[in-house]
Amino acid sequence: MIYSDKVMDHFQNPRNVGTLPDADGVGQVGNPVCGDMMTFYVKVKDDRLTDVKFQTFGCGAAIAVSSMVTEMALGKTVAEAMEITNEKVAEELGGLPKNKMHCSNLGADALHAALENYQARKAGTAAGPNIVGDHDHEAAEGAPERCPYCDGPVDNSPEMCSCRKCDLDLVECGHCHLYTNKAETNCTHCGAQLER
Amino acid sequence: MKRIYLDHIAAAPIDPAVTEAMRPFMGDRFGNPQSLHSDGQTAAEAVEEAREGVAALIGAVPDEVIFTASGTEANNLAIKGLAQAQKAKGNHLVVSSIEHASVLNAVKSLERSGFAATLVPVDGEGWIDPADVAKALRPETILVSVMTANSEVGTIESVAEIVREVRAKAPGALVHTDAVAAAGNIPLDVKALGVDALSLSGNVFYGPKGSAALFLKKGRKLVPQIEGGIQEGGRRGGSEDVPAIVGMGKAARLAAAAMTERAGRMSALRDRLIGGLTRSIERVRLTGSPDRRLPYHASFCVEFVEGEAMLLGLDFKGIAASSFSACTSKSLKVSHVLLAMGLDHALAQGSLIFSLIDTISAEDIDRVLEIFPPVVERLRNMSPLYTAYLKESGR
Repeated sequence: MIYSDKVMDHFQNPRNVGTLPDADGVGQVGNPVCGDMMTFYVKVKDDRLTDVKFQTFGCGAAIAVSSMVTEMALGKTVAEAMEITNEKVAEELGGLPKNKMHCSNLGADALHAALENYQARKAGTAAGPNIVGDHDHEAAEGAPERCPYCDGPVDNSPEMCSCRKCDLDLVECGHCHLYTNKAETNCTHCGAQLER
Repeated sequence: MKRIYLDHIAAAPIDPAVTEAMRPFMGDRFGNPQSLHSDGQTAAEAVEEAREGVAALIGAVPDEVIFTASGTEANNLAIKGLAQAQKAKGNHLVVSSIEHASVLNAVKSLERSGFAATLVPVDGEGWIDPADVAKALRPETILVSVMTANSEVGTIESVAEIVREVRAKAPGALVHTDAVAAAGNIPLDVKALGVDALSLSGNVFYGPKGSAALFLKKGRKLVPQIEGGIQEGGRRGGSEDVPAIVGMGKAARLAAAAMTERAGRMSALRDRLIGGLTRSIERVRLTGSPDRRLPYHASFCVEFVEGEAMLLGLDFKGIAASSFSACTSKSLKVSHVLLAMGLDHALAQGSLIFSLIDTISAEDIDRVLEIFPPVVERLRNMSPLYTAYLKESGR
């Protein structure tokens, strides 16, 4: 199995699945093009998260991550919950496969989107849900060190970025700044059209 | 819990009779077919007998069969080997957009060394219109490669018609077909198809992994891609993998004998599965052609859920299937086949394939029909896309 027992447990028995019609904050990240989309609902009382629910379209990792985030967030103060990071969630799950770290590990982002929505509603600057609609990609700095397809070593030069192992020329996506096979028309990470 | 294996396109079990045929060649019949002594000659005879078996399966003569170590190698040998051998005549190739990676990447590699290629589109069922192939032909076209059947969506292509178009419009061009998903499972005759080259793989018809072959019509020349000794008529170097070759030969004979009965039985089970699932699950669509279809192949896109999650859910219930969603591929790429068929990314994420093996029974299929709908329902109940769909449709 490519996943840890803990991931499989959260996939099989996800905690806190559902929606909250009277939520104090709603946040959504990702999109079906990427393969993963998560919606989080939070109830906050006296600055503490009294209820957290999620809905996720995605792979086993995405579902397990969402479930784990709800467990980690419940009972925390808003400030504490904002400190939950995607990395901490993956760690709590006993690790995730490398190629799942980016796309599927968005649970903390979705929780933060819901919490920001709660704060905005409280401040009177928002009424509806906070739809990020896309990954909040960490801006990639320069070319990747490993090939996104085979995890092999990458040759970098100012003109060219190519994988030594699978012999693919890679090109940076102007939208999410991740690298995709040059032959593609759309970025395989975020679906945006690649500039020629 | 009895496991139900429905991932024929990834691997099939080896027929016990095949294992038995191979066993002596992993034991005391270990000779090298190239050796002159009797130990070598025993192995050489076994290899030639296997070559006859494989040739008979596709209506070829034994000399036209080159053994390779995989379908991928056979495709590489055909694409690169035939293109390179005809370089003086032209530099243009025509391939379909739904070919296996071993064809598409071999073409890409040729493009880096001065060849040009045209990708032919497919329709919504993954069918390649022979007229579209004809349109792509140029005076400098030297090679056309279209698959016999697609392993992701099960559609059987009109190879004979495509060959007729090529002969009429580009008589100088050769035609190769990747028949890996089809050979041994549907009747194929290289003379009726009219192709110059055809790839096939033993494991798809219950032979061992690592056994495959390229049919190359008599008189056609190719540049060897593995250079070495004079094995396989100088067209593929390397000491013969005698057990694998013997296994493939035995499997080919068994497949030829079982073909009609097996294809009929599998098609009936396939249709029972397709009919049952499309009736019991809403918003599920069959991918590929409903009638021009591999007998063992049932492929779907299930809306509002993702393929890997379905695979994991099925695996827990003892069912092995496959998917071509982005999350199931290491490269995180959605299937190029589904995109070429015009499916959008979100729908392609719900890819799921049940490919039947020979030992599957009607009871097994009914068990899948019982188990799969709740797996989908469980995932849909956590899917924001499904919630939105229910809301939109007023439920």
